[in-house]
Amino acid sequence: MAAISREEVAHLARLSRLAVTEEELDRFAGQLDVILQSVARVGEVAAEDIPPTSHSVPLTNVYREDVPTTSLTQDAALSGAPDAYESRFRVPRILDEED
Amino acid sequence: MSYEEILTRYEPVIGLETHVELGTATKMFCGCKTDFGAEPNTQVCPVCLALPGALPVMNRAAIEATIRIGLALNCDIAEWCRMARKNYFYPDMPKNFQTSQYDEPLCVDGYVDVEVDGVTHRIGIERVHIEEDTGKTLHVGGATGRIHGATESLVDYNRAGIPLVEIVTKPVPGLGGLAPEIAKAYVAELRDIIRSLGVSDVRMEQGSMRCDVNTSLNRPGEEWGTRTETKNVNSLRSVERAVRSEIIRQSGILDGGGKIHQETRHFHEDRGDTSPGRSKETATDYRYFPEPDLVPIAPDAAWVASLKAALPEKPSTRRARLREEWGISELDMQSVANAGAVEIIEETIAAGASPAGARKWWMGELARRANELNIELAAVGATPAQVAALQKLVDEGKLNDKLARTVLEGVVAGEGDPAEVMAARGLEVVNDTGALTAAVDEAIAANPDIAAKIRDGKIAAAGALVGAVMKTTRGQADAKTVRELLLERLGVS
Repeated sequence: MAAISREEVAHLARLSRLAVTEEELDRFAGQLDVILQSVARVGEVAAEDIPPTSHSVPLTNVYREDVPTTSLTQDAALSGAPDAYESRFRVPRILDEED
Repeated sequence: MSYEEILTRYEPVIGLETHVELGTATKMFCGCKTDFGAEPNTQVCPVCLALPGALPVMNRAAIEATIRIGLALNCDIAEWCRMARKNYFYPDMPKNFQTSQYDEPLCVDGYVDVEVDGVTHRIGIERVHIEEDTGKTLHVGGATGRIHGATESLVDYNRAGIPLVEIVTKPVPGLGGLAPEIAKAYVAELRDIIRSLGVSDVRMEQGSMRCDVNTSLNRPGEEWGTRTETKNVNSLRSVERAVRSEIIRQSGILDGGGKIHQETRHFHEDRGDTSPGRSKETATDYRYFPEPDLVPIAPDAAWVASLKAALPEKPSTRRARLREEWGISELDMQSVANAGAVEIIEETIAAGASPAGARKWWMGELARRANELNIELAAVGATPAQVAALQKLVDEGKLNDKLARTVLEGVVAGEGDPAEVMAARGLEVVNDTGALTAAVDEAIAANPDIAAKIRDGKIAAAGALVGAVMKTTRGQADAKTVRELLLERLGVS
Protein backbone atom coordinates (compact mmCIF):
# COMPACT_ATOMS: atom_id res chain seq x y z
CA MET A 1 0.00 0.00 0.00
CA ALA A 2 1.24 3.48 -0.90
CA ALA A 3 2.57 5.64 1.95
CA ILE A 4 1.08 8.77 0.44
CA SER A 5 -2.06 9.18 -1.61
CA ARG A 6 -2.62 11.29 -4.68
CA GLU A 7 -5.11 13.37 -2.66
CA GLU A 8 -2.52 14.04 0.04
CA VAL A 9 -0.05 15.26 -2.57
CA ALA A 10 -2.71 17.57 -4.00
CA HIS A 11 -3.40 18.91 -0.50
CA LEU A 12 0.29 19.56 0.18
CA ALA A 13 0.64 21.26 -3.18
CA ARG A 14 -2.24 23.56 -2.32
CA LEU A 15 -0.77 24.39 1.11
CA SER A 16 2.53 25.20 -0.59
CA ARG A 17 0.81 27.24 -3.31
CA LEU A 18 2.29 25.05 -6.01
CA ALA A 19 0.38 24.66 -9.27
CA VAL A 20 0.60 20.95 -9.97
CA THR A 21 -0.99 19.37 -13.06
CA GLU A 22 -2.99 16.13 -12.98
CA GLU A 23 -0.14 14.35 -14.72
CA GLU A 24 2.36 15.72 -12.18
CA LEU A 25 0.19 14.61 -9.27
CA ASP A 26 0.53 11.00 -10.40
CA ARG A 27 4.26 11.35 -10.96
CA PHE A 28 5.00 13.15 -7.64
CA ALA A 29 2.80 10.78 -5.65
CA GLY A 30 4.90 7.90 -6.98
CA GLN A 31 8.19 9.69 -6.26
CA LEU A 32 7.21 10.80 -2.76
CA ASP A 33 5.99 7.30 -2.04
CA VAL A 34 9.45 5.88 -2.80
CA ILE A 35 11.03 8.44 -0.44
CA LEU A 36 8.58 7.74 2.39
CA GLN A 37 8.93 3.97 2.00
CA SER A 38 12.71 4.35 2.21
CA VAL A 39 12.48 6.41 5.37
CA ALA A 40 10.00 3.93 6.85
CA ARG A 41 12.58 1.16 6.47
CA VAL A 42 14.77 2.92 9.03
CA GLY A 43 12.00 2.33 11.52
CA GLU A 44 12.13 -1.39 10.82
CA VAL A 45 15.74 -1.71 11.93
CA ALA A 46 15.42 0.60 14.98
CA ALA A 47 15.61 -1.53 18.13
CA GLU A 48 13.46 -0.99 21.21
CA ASP A 49 16.34 0.56 23.11
CA ILE A 50 16.89 3.31 20.53
CA PRO A 51 14.62 6.29 21.26
CA PRO A 52 13.38 8.34 18.32
CA THR A 53 15.38 11.52 17.75
CA SER A 54 15.06 14.67 15.72
CA HIS A 55 18.73 15.57 15.96
CA SER A 56 21.90 13.92 14.78
CA VAL A 57 24.03 15.31 17.63
CA PRO A 58 23.43 14.55 21.31
CA LEU A 59 23.46 18.19 22.47
CA THR A 60 21.09 20.24 24.59
CA ASN A 61 21.02 23.85 25.80
CA VAL A 62 23.02 25.61 23.12
CA TYR A 63 22.41 29.29 23.74
CA ARG A 64 23.79 32.70 22.88
CA GLU A 65 23.93 35.63 25.28
CA ASP A 66 21.50 38.53 24.78
CA VAL A 67 24.11 40.82 23.25
CA PRO A 68 23.43 42.71 20.00
CA THR A 69 25.51 41.95 16.93
CA THR A 70 25.78 43.94 13.73
CA SER A 71 22.80 43.63 11.42
CA LEU A 72 22.86 43.93 7.65
CA THR A 73 22.57 47.41 6.15
CA GLN A 74 19.15 48.21 4.72
CA ASP A 75 20.57 48.08 1.18
CA ALA A 76 22.19 44.72 1.80
CA ALA A 77 19.01 43.37 3.40
CA LEU A 78 16.91 44.39 0.42
CA SER A 79 19.46 43.40 -2.22
CA GLY A 80 18.06 39.88 -2.43
CA ALA A 81 14.43 41.00 -2.53
CA PRO A 82 12.54 40.23 -5.74
CA ASP A 83 11.27 43.80 -5.49
CA ALA A 84 11.43 46.57 -2.91
CA TYR A 85 9.47 49.75 -2.23
CA GLU A 86 9.97 52.35 0.51
CA SER A 87 12.65 50.21 2.16
CA ARG A 88 10.30 47.24 2.38
CA PHE A 89 10.10 43.91 0.60
CA ARG A 90 7.39 44.10 -2.06
CA VAL A 91 5.44 40.89 -2.61
CA PRO A 92 2.15 39.94 -4.26
CA ARG A 93 -0.80 39.99 -1.87
CA ILE A 94 -1.62 36.68 -0.21
CA LEU A 95 -5.28 36.46 0.60
CA ASP A 96 -6.14 32.99 1.80
CA GLU A 97 -4.57 32.90 5.26
CA GLU A 98 -5.85 36.20 6.61
CA ASP A 99 -8.67 38.51 5.73
CA MET B 1 -33.17 40.11 24.63
CA SER B 2 -31.15 41.18 27.61
CA TYR B 3 -27.70 39.86 28.46
CA GLU B 4 -28.97 38.65 31.84
CA GLU B 5 -31.82 36.75 30.18
CA ILE B 6 -29.39 35.01 27.78
CA LEU B 7 -27.34 33.79 30.74
CA THR B 8 -30.38 32.03 32.21
CA ARG B 9 -30.47 29.78 29.15
CA TYR B 10 -26.81 29.43 28.14
CA GLU B 11 -23.52 28.81 29.90
CA PRO B 12 -20.41 30.35 28.38
CA VAL B 13 -17.01 28.66 28.28
CA ILE B 14 -14.07 30.93 27.59
CA GLY B 15 -10.39 30.45 26.88
CA LEU B 16 -7.67 33.01 26.30
CA GLU B 17 -4.46 32.94 24.31
CA THR B 18 -2.14 35.79 25.10
CA HIS B 19 1.03 36.72 23.24
CA VAL B 20 3.69 38.72 25.02
CA GLU B 21 6.66 40.19 23.19
CA LEU B 22 9.70 39.89 25.45
CA GLY B 23 11.85 42.93 26.14
CA THR B 24 15.17 41.26 25.33
CA ALA B 25 17.90 43.37 23.69
CA THR B 26 18.18 40.92 20.80
CA LYS B 27 15.97 38.56 18.81
CA MET B 28 15.16 34.96 19.66
CA PHE B 29 17.55 33.27 17.26
CA CYS B 30 20.02 35.97 16.20
CA GLY B 31 21.79 39.03 17.59
CA CYS B 32 19.69 41.64 15.75
CA LYS B 33 18.41 44.44 17.96
CA THR B 34 14.74 44.69 18.89
CA ASP B 35 14.42 48.50 19.12
CA PHE B 36 10.87 49.73 18.48
CA GLY B 37 10.41 52.20 15.66
CA ALA B 38 13.70 51.60 13.81
CA GLU B 39 13.87 52.26 10.06
CA PRO B 40 12.33 49.32 8.12
CA ASN B 41 14.62 46.34 7.53
CA THR B 42 17.58 47.74 9.45
CA GLN B 43 17.41 45.16 12.29
CA VAL B 44 17.70 42.08 10.12
CA CYS B 45 20.42 39.57 9.30
CA PRO B 46 20.87 36.33 7.37
CA VAL B 47 19.19 34.35 10.20
CA CYS B 48 15.97 36.35 10.53
CA LEU B 49 15.79 36.90 6.77
CA ALA B 50 16.18 33.12 6.30
CA LEU B 51 19.07 33.42 3.86
CA PRO B 52 20.33 30.00 2.75
CA GLY B 53 22.69 28.32 5.19
CA ALA B 54 22.03 30.67 8.13
CA LEU B 55 21.58 28.84 11.42
CA PRO B 56 19.61 30.00 14.48
CA VAL B 57 20.93 29.95 18.07
CA MET B 58 18.54 30.46 20.99
CA ASN B 59 18.70 33.56 23.19
CA ARG B 60 19.40 32.43 26.77
CA ALA B 61 17.65 35.51 28.23
CA ALA B 62 14.44 34.65 26.33
CA ILE B 63 14.45 31.08 27.65
CA GLU B 64 15.06 32.40 31.17
CA ALA B 65 12.22 34.94 30.84
CA THR B 66 9.82 32.24 29.61
CA ILE B 67 10.71 29.97 32.53
CA ARG B 68 10.22 32.86 34.97
CA ILE B 69 6.79 33.61 33.45
CA GLY B 70 5.93 29.91 33.77
CA LEU B 71 7.02 29.84 37.40
CA ALA B 72 5.10 33.02 38.22
CA LEU B 73 2.00 31.33 36.72
CA ASN B 74 2.54 28.27 38.95
CA CYS B 75 3.51 26.03 36.01
CA ASP B 76 5.69 22.94 35.91
CA ILE B 77 8.83 23.52 33.84
CA ALA B 78 9.61 20.85 31.28
CA GLU B 79 12.80 18.90 31.97
CA TRP B 80 13.31 18.49 28.24
CA CYS B 81 11.50 20.02 25.28
CA ARG B 82 12.01 21.06 21.69
CA MET B 83 11.21 23.86 19.30
CA ALA B 84 8.99 23.04 16.31
CA ARG B 85 8.38 24.43 12.86
CA LYS B 86 4.90 25.75 12.18
CA ASN B 87 4.59 25.82 8.42
CA TYR B 88 2.34 28.26 6.61
CA PHE B 89 2.31 30.29 3.46
CA TYR B 90 2.40 33.98 4.21
CA PRO B 91 5.11 36.56 3.63
CA ASP B 92 5.30 37.82 7.23
CA MET B 93 7.94 35.15 7.90
CA PRO B 94 10.69 34.88 5.30
CA LYS B 95 11.37 31.25 6.33
CA ASN B 96 7.86 30.19 5.31
CA PHE B 97 7.50 28.83 8.81
CA GLN B 98 7.47 30.19 12.33
CA THR B 99 9.79 28.61 14.88
CA SER B 100 7.49 27.79 17.78
CA GLN B 101 6.71 24.97 20.17
CA TYR B 102 4.04 22.36 19.56
CA ASP B 103 3.50 19.28 21.70
CA GLU B 104 6.42 19.99 24.05
CA PRO B 105 5.89 23.44 25.60
CA LEU B 106 8.48 24.78 28.05
CA CYS B 107 5.92 25.34 30.84
CA VAL B 108 2.67 23.45 31.56
CA ASP B 109 -0.21 23.17 33.96
CA GLY B 110 -0.34 26.33 36.06
CA TYR B 111 -2.96 28.76 37.27
CA VAL B 112 -3.69 32.42 37.99
CA ASP B 113 -6.02 33.55 40.76
CA VAL B 114 -8.20 36.46 39.71
CA GLU B 115 -10.35 38.51 42.04
CA VAL B 116 -13.61 40.04 40.84
CA ASP B 117 -16.03 41.68 43.28
CA GLY B 118 -14.24 40.13 46.23
CA VAL B 119 -14.50 36.57 44.88
CA THR B 120 -11.39 34.69 43.75
CA HIS B 121 -11.60 32.69 40.52
CA ARG B 122 -8.83 30.26 39.60
CA ILE B 123 -7.98 30.32 35.88
CA GLY B 124 -6.06 27.23 34.78
CA ILE B 125 -3.00 27.69 32.56
CA GLU B 126 -2.64 24.98 29.94
CA ARG B 127 0.78 25.98 28.65
CA VAL B 128 3.36 28.70 28.23
CA HIS B 129 5.64 28.36 25.24
CA ILE B 130 8.30 30.36 23.44
CA GLU B 131 8.14 31.31 19.76
CA GLU B 132 9.04 34.25 17.54
CA ASP B 133 7.13 37.27 16.32
CA THR B 134 6.44 37.88 12.63
CA GLY B 135 7.32 40.76 10.34
CA LYS B 136 4.95 43.66 9.72
CA THR B 137 2.99 43.66 6.48
CA LEU B 138 1.50 46.74 4.92
CA HIS B 139 -1.14 46.17 2.26
CA VAL B 140 -1.08 48.68 -0.57
CA GLY B 141 -3.00 49.32 -3.75
CA GLY B 142 -6.43 49.24 -2.08
CA ALA B 143 -8.29 52.14 -0.55
CA THR B 144 -8.67 50.81 2.97
CA GLY B 145 -5.25 49.49 3.97
CA ARG B 146 -6.84 46.08 4.54
CA ILE B 147 -5.78 43.24 2.31
CA HIS B 148 -9.09 43.13 0.44
CA GLY B 149 -8.63 45.24 -2.63
CA ALA B 150 -4.89 45.46 -2.07
CA THR B 151 -2.71 44.43 -4.95
CA GLU B 152 0.53 43.89 -3.05
CA SER B 153 2.07 43.75 0.41
CA LEU B 154 5.14 45.57 1.73
CA VAL B 155 7.05 43.79 4.45
CA ASP B 156 9.36 45.04 7.20
CA TYR B 157 11.19 42.18 8.93
CA ASN B 158 12.51 44.15 11.91
CA ARG B 159 9.92 42.46 14.17
CA ALA B 160 10.45 39.02 12.64
CA GLY B 161 12.26 36.87 15.19
CA ILE B 162 11.60 38.95 18.31
CA PRO B 163 10.92 36.48 21.15
CA LEU B 164 7.23 35.96 21.76
CA VAL B 165 5.72 34.04 24.66
CA GLU B 166 2.29 32.45 24.21
CA ILE B 167 0.22 31.83 27.32
CA VAL B 168 -2.84 29.60 26.88
CA THR B 169 -5.51 29.07 29.51
CA LYS B 170 -7.44 25.89 29.98
CA PRO B 171 -11.10 26.22 28.97
CA VAL B 172 -12.88 28.06 31.79
CA PRO B 173 -16.51 26.99 32.35
CA GLY B 174 -18.87 27.96 35.14
CA LEU B 175 -18.34 31.73 35.13
CA GLY B 176 -21.85 32.55 33.95
CA GLY B 177 -22.56 36.19 33.28
CA LEU B 178 -19.28 37.23 34.89
CA ALA B 179 -17.27 35.60 32.07
CA PRO B 180 -16.52 38.94 30.31
CA GLU B 181 -15.37 40.67 33.51
CA ILE B 182 -13.28 37.71 34.65
CA ALA B 183 -11.65 37.48 31.22
CA LYS B 184 -10.66 41.13 31.53
CA ALA B 185 -9.45 40.68 35.11
CA TYR B 186 -7.37 37.68 34.06
CA VAL B 187 -5.60 39.65 31.32
CA ALA B 188 -5.01 42.54 33.74
CA GLU B 189 -3.54 40.17 36.34
CA LEU B 190 -1.38 38.48 33.70
CA ARG B 191 -0.13 41.89 32.58
CA ASP B 192 0.73 42.88 36.17
CA ILE B 193 2.52 39.59 36.84
CA ILE B 194 4.63 39.87 33.69
CA ARG B 195 5.36 43.53 34.34
CA SER B 196 6.52 42.66 37.86
CA LEU B 197 9.00 40.20 36.34
CA GLY B 198 10.46 42.98 34.20
CA VAL B 199 10.56 40.77 31.09
CA SER B 200 8.24 42.82 28.87
CA ASP B 201 6.66 46.26 28.88
CA VAL B 202 3.30 44.48 28.23
CA ARG B 203 1.66 47.42 26.47
CA MET B 204 -1.52 46.26 24.76
CA GLU B 205 -1.93 49.51 22.85
CA GLN B 206 1.53 49.10 21.33
CA GLY B 207 1.08 45.42 20.58
CA SER B 208 3.65 44.03 23.00
CA MET B 209 0.76 42.16 24.60
CA ARG B 210 -1.99 40.76 22.36
CA CYS B 211 -4.98 38.65 23.18
CA ASP B 212 -7.17 36.12 21.36
CA VAL B 213 -10.42 35.19 23.07
CA ASN B 214 -12.23 31.87 22.59
CA THR B 215 -15.91 31.75 23.43
CA SER B 216 -18.58 29.03 23.23
CA LEU B 217 -22.08 28.58 24.61
CA ASN B 218 -23.95 25.51 25.72
CA ARG B 219 -27.33 24.91 27.31
CA PRO B 220 -27.12 23.81 30.95
CA GLY B 221 -26.36 20.11 31.24
CA GLU B 222 -25.28 19.79 27.61
CA GLU B 223 -21.82 19.42 26.13
CA TRP B 224 -19.71 22.49 25.43
CA GLY B 225 -20.60 24.24 22.23
CA THR B 226 -18.51 25.05 19.17
CA ARG B 227 -16.08 27.87 19.92
CA THR B 228 -15.06 30.90 17.95
CA GLU B 229 -11.69 32.59 18.28
CA THR B 230 -11.77 36.38 18.36
CA LYS B 231 -8.54 38.05 17.32
CA ASN B 232 -7.40 41.64 17.39
CA VAL B 233 -8.42 42.27 21.00
CA ASN B 234 -6.00 45.00 21.96
CA SER B 235 -7.15 46.56 25.21
CA LEU B 236 -8.45 45.34 28.55
CA ARG B 237 -11.80 46.92 27.84
CA SER B 238 -11.96 45.12 24.49
CA VAL B 239 -11.40 41.73 26.15
CA GLU B 240 -14.56 42.25 28.17
CA ARG B 241 -16.54 43.63 25.24
CA ALA B 242 -15.40 40.86 22.87
CA VAL B 243 -16.59 38.08 25.18
CA ARG B 244 -19.89 39.84 25.84
CA SER B 245 -20.59 40.51 22.17
CA GLU B 246 -19.79 36.89 21.24
CA ILE B 247 -22.13 35.58 23.95
CA ILE B 248 -24.91 37.79 22.59
CA ARG B 249 -24.21 36.96 18.94
CA GLN B 250 -23.95 33.20 19.48
CA SER B 251 -27.10 33.06 21.61
CA GLY B 252 -29.00 34.74 18.78
CA ILE B 253 -27.88 32.06 16.32
CA LEU B 254 -28.60 29.19 18.73
CA ASP B 255 -32.02 30.61 19.60
CA GLY B 256 -32.88 30.60 15.91
CA GLY B 257 -31.92 26.92 15.66
CA GLY B 258 -28.65 27.71 13.86
CA LYS B 259 -25.19 26.30 14.37
CA ILE B 260 -22.00 28.06 15.42
CA HIS B 261 -19.15 27.69 12.93
CA GLN B 262 -15.67 27.16 14.28
CA GLU B 263 -13.96 30.20 12.87
CA THR B 264 -11.69 33.11 13.54
CA ARG B 265 -13.47 36.40 14.09
CA HIS B 266 -12.10 39.92 14.23
CA PHE B 267 -12.98 42.36 16.98
CA HIS B 268 -13.80 45.91 15.92
CA GLU B 269 -12.83 48.44 18.54
CA ASP B 270 -15.10 51.13 17.05
CA ARG B 271 -18.28 49.04 16.84
CA GLY B 272 -17.63 46.72 19.79
CA ASP B 273 -18.55 43.58 17.86
CA THR B 274 -16.90 40.88 15.76
CA SER B 275 -16.96 39.91 12.10
CA PRO B 276 -15.93 36.58 10.54
CA GLY B 277 -12.36 36.02 9.40
CA ARG B 278 -10.92 32.91 7.84
CA SER B 279 -12.57 29.61 8.54
CA LYS B 280 -10.60 27.46 10.96
CA GLU B 281 -10.57 24.24 8.93
CA THR B 282 -8.55 25.67 6.09
CA ALA B 283 -5.90 27.23 8.27
CA THR B 284 -4.87 24.67 10.88
CA ASP B 285 -2.81 22.39 8.67
CA TYR B 286 0.53 23.68 9.93
CA ARG B 287 2.47 20.43 9.45
CA TYR B 288 4.42 20.90 12.68
CA PHE B 289 7.65 18.97 13.07
CA PRO B 290 10.63 19.22 15.47
CA GLU B 291 13.03 21.98 14.50
CA PRO B 292 16.19 20.25 13.25
CA ASP B 293 18.36 23.39 13.41
CA LEU B 294 17.95 23.88 17.18
CA VAL B 295 18.94 21.43 19.90
CA PRO B 296 16.51 20.53 22.71
CA ILE B 297 16.02 22.74 25.77
CA ALA B 298 16.75 20.93 29.05
CA PRO B 299 16.70 23.48 31.87
CA ASP B 300 18.95 22.57 34.77
CA ALA B 301 16.82 21.84 37.86
CA ALA B 302 19.08 23.96 40.09
CA TRP B 303 18.77 26.90 37.68
CA VAL B 304 14.96 26.61 37.65
CA ALA B 305 14.94 26.40 41.46
CA SER B 306 17.07 29.53 41.75
CA LEU B 307 14.79 31.40 39.32
CA LYS B 308 11.80 30.31 41.38
CA ALA B 309 13.40 31.44 44.63
CA ALA B 310 14.15 34.85 43.12
CA LEU B 311 10.61 35.56 41.86
CA PRO B 312 9.32 38.98 42.96
CA GLU B 313 6.41 39.49 45.33
CA LYS B 314 3.11 38.62 43.60
CA PRO B 315 1.37 41.76 42.26
CA SER B 316 -1.83 40.93 44.15
CA THR B 317 0.09 40.59 47.44
CA ARG B 318 2.04 43.74 46.73
CA ARG B 319 -1.09 45.72 45.82
CA ALA B 320 -2.76 44.67 49.06
CA ARG B 321 0.32 45.68 51.08
CA LEU B 322 0.70 49.06 49.36
CA ARG B 323 -3.02 49.78 49.55
CA GLU B 324 -2.76 49.32 53.28
CA GLU B 325 0.35 51.50 53.56
CA TRP B 326 -1.09 54.25 51.40
CA GLY B 327 -4.50 54.10 53.04
CA ILE B 328 -6.52 54.10 49.81
CA SER B 329 -9.54 52.19 48.54
CA GLU B 330 -9.41 49.06 46.36
CA LEU B 331 -10.86 51.12 43.51
CA ASP B 332 -8.19 53.81 43.79
CA MET B 333 -5.50 51.14 43.96
CA GLN B 334 -6.95 49.55 40.83
CA SER B 335 -6.70 52.82 38.90
CA VAL B 336 -3.11 53.28 40.07
CA ALA B 337 -2.32 49.76 38.82
CA ASN B 338 -4.15 50.33 35.54
CA ALA B 339 -2.17 53.52 34.98
CA GLY B 340 1.05 51.55 35.53
CA ALA B 341 1.90 53.98 38.34
CA VAL B 342 2.51 51.62 41.27
CA GLU B 343 6.32 51.62 41.05
CA ILE B 344 6.70 55.30 40.32
CA ILE B 345 4.42 56.35 43.19
CA GLU B 346 6.29 53.96 45.48
CA GLU B 347 9.60 55.57 44.47
CA THR B 348 8.18 59.06 44.99
CA ILE B 349 7.10 58.13 48.51
CA ALA B 350 10.56 56.66 49.13
CA ALA B 351 11.96 60.02 47.99
CA GLY B 352 10.05 61.75 50.79
CA ALA B 353 6.54 62.54 49.50
CA SER B 354 3.39 61.62 51.39
CA PRO B 355 1.33 58.82 49.75
CA ALA B 356 -1.47 61.30 48.99
CA GLY B 357 0.92 63.85 47.53
CA ALA B 358 2.74 61.32 45.36
CA ARG B 359 -0.51 59.85 44.07
CA LYS B 360 -2.01 63.27 43.35
CA TRP B 361 0.71 64.34 40.90
CA TRP B 362 1.28 61.02 39.14
CA MET B 363 -2.42 60.21 38.77
CA GLY B 364 -3.35 63.84 37.95
CA GLU B 365 -1.22 66.23 35.89
CA LEU B 366 1.42 63.67 34.90
CA ALA B 367 -0.99 60.86 33.99
CA ARG B 368 -2.92 63.31 31.84
CA ARG B 369 0.25 64.36 30.05
CA ALA B 370 1.34 60.71 29.54
CA ASN B 371 -2.08 59.91 28.07
CA GLU B 372 -2.02 62.90 25.74
CA LEU B 373 1.42 62.02 24.44
CA ASN B 374 0.72 58.27 24.55
CA ILE B 375 3.89 57.60 26.53
CA GLU B 376 4.78 55.78 29.73
CA LEU B 377 4.57 57.74 32.98
CA ALA B 378 8.29 57.12 33.44
CA ALA B 379 8.96 58.96 30.17
CA VAL B 380 6.86 61.99 31.04
CA GLY B 381 9.86 64.14 31.97
CA ALA B 382 9.62 64.29 35.78
CA THR B 383 11.43 61.94 38.16
CA PRO B 384 10.08 60.58 41.46
CA ALA B 385 12.67 62.74 43.27
CA GLN B 386 11.45 65.89 41.49
CA VAL B 387 7.81 65.14 42.27
CA ALA B 388 8.73 64.52 45.92
CA ALA B 389 10.62 67.84 46.00
CA LEU B 390 7.63 69.63 44.46
CA GLN B 391 5.24 68.21 47.04
CA LYS B 392 7.67 69.24 49.81
CA LEU B 393 7.58 72.84 48.55
CA VAL B 394 3.77 72.73 48.68
CA ASP B 395 3.80 71.22 52.18
CA GLU B 396 6.16 73.96 53.34
CA GLY B 397 3.80 76.60 51.99
CA LYS B 398 6.33 77.91 49.45
CA LEU B 399 4.08 76.92 46.57
CA ASN B 400 0.32 76.87 46.37
CA ASP B 401 -1.49 74.37 44.17
CA LYS B 402 -1.68 76.65 41.16
CA LEU B 403 1.99 77.65 41.32
CA ALA B 404 3.01 74.03 41.84
CA ARG B 405 1.29 73.10 38.58
CA THR B 406 3.23 75.81 36.78
CA VAL B 407 6.49 74.64 38.36
CA LEU B 408 5.70 71.06 37.29
CA GLU B 409 5.20 72.28 33.72
CA GLY B 410 8.70 73.74 33.90
CA VAL B 411 10.16 70.53 35.31
CA VAL B 412 8.53 68.47 32.59
CA ALA B 413 9.80 70.92 29.98
CA GLY B 414 13.32 70.22 31.18
CA GLU B 415 13.95 73.47 33.02
CA GLY B 416 15.46 71.65 35.99
CA ASP B 417 14.41 70.64 39.50
CA PRO B 418 11.38 72.35 41.11
CA ALA B 419 13.58 74.75 43.13
CA GLU B 420 15.43 75.80 39.98
CA VAL B 421 12.21 76.35 38.05
CA MET B 422 10.82 78.40 40.95
CA ALA B 423 13.91 80.59 41.03
CA ALA B 424 14.16 80.99 37.26
CA ARG B 425 10.49 81.84 36.80
CA GLY B 426 10.18 83.88 39.98
CA LEU B 427 7.38 81.71 41.32
CA GLU B 428 6.94 81.70 45.06
CA VAL B 429 4.05 82.21 47.41
CA VAL B 430 4.25 85.74 48.78
CA ASN B 431 4.69 85.17 52.50
CA ASP B 432 6.04 88.61 53.23
CA THR B 433 3.24 89.90 55.49
CA GLY B 434 4.20 93.52 54.85
CA ALA B 435 3.76 93.18 51.10
CA LEU B 436 0.56 91.18 51.54
CA THR B 437 -0.90 93.67 54.00
CA ALA B 438 -0.19 96.46 51.54
CA ALA B 439 -1.95 94.53 48.78
CA VAL B 440 -4.93 93.83 51.05
CA ASP B 441 -5.19 97.47 52.11
CA GLU B 442 -5.00 98.51 48.48
CA ALA B 443 -7.85 96.14 47.58
CA ILE B 444 -9.99 97.48 50.45
CA ALA B 445 -9.34 101.08 49.39
CA ALA B 446 -10.18 100.33 45.76
CA ASN B 447 -13.47 98.59 46.66
CA PRO B 448 -15.08 100.56 49.50
CA ASP B 449 -18.60 99.20 48.82
CA ILE B 450 -17.54 95.57 49.14
CA ALA B 451 -15.41 96.36 52.19
CA ALA B 452 -18.46 97.93 53.83
CA LYS B 453 -20.59 94.84 53.15
CA ILE B 454 -17.98 92.62 54.74
CA ARG B 455 -17.79 94.91 57.77
CA ASP B 456 -21.60 94.50 58.02
CA GLY B 457 -21.11 90.74 58.30
CA LYS B 458 -21.52 89.67 54.69
CA ILE B 459 -18.44 87.47 54.86
CA ALA B 460 -19.33 85.81 51.54
CA ALA B 461 -18.41 89.05 49.76
CA ALA B 462 -14.78 88.56 50.86
CA GLY B 463 -14.16 86.34 47.81
CA ALA B 464 -14.12 89.30 45.48
CA LEU B 465 -11.44 91.09 47.50
CA VAL B 466 -9.35 87.91 47.87
CA GLY B 467 -9.54 87.62 44.08
CA ALA B 468 -8.32 91.18 43.70
CA VAL B 469 -5.33 90.53 45.99
CA MET B 470 -4.48 87.29 44.15
CA LYS B 471 -4.52 89.30 40.94
CA THR B 472 -2.13 91.99 42.17
CA THR B 473 0.22 89.30 43.56
CA ARG B 474 0.01 87.37 40.26
CA GLY B 475 -1.37 84.30 41.99
CA GLN B 476 1.67 84.01 44.20
CA ALA B 477 -0.14 84.50 47.47
CA ASP B 478 -1.79 81.81 49.51
CA ALA B 479 -5.53 82.43 49.19
CA LYS B 480 -6.26 81.21 52.71
CA THR B 481 -3.69 83.58 54.25
CA VAL B 482 -5.04 86.47 52.18
CA ARG B 483 -8.55 85.80 53.39
CA GLU B 484 -7.51 85.68 57.03
CA LEU B 485 -5.50 88.87 56.68
CA LEU B 486 -8.36 90.62 54.91
CA LEU B 487 -10.91 89.76 57.58
CA GLU B 488 -8.44 90.79 60.24
CA ARG B 489 -7.89 94.22 58.59
CA LEU B 490 -11.67 94.69 58.32
CA GLY B 491 -12.06 93.76 61.96
CA VAL B 492 -14.42 90.80 61.43
CA SER B 493 -12.14 87.91 62.25
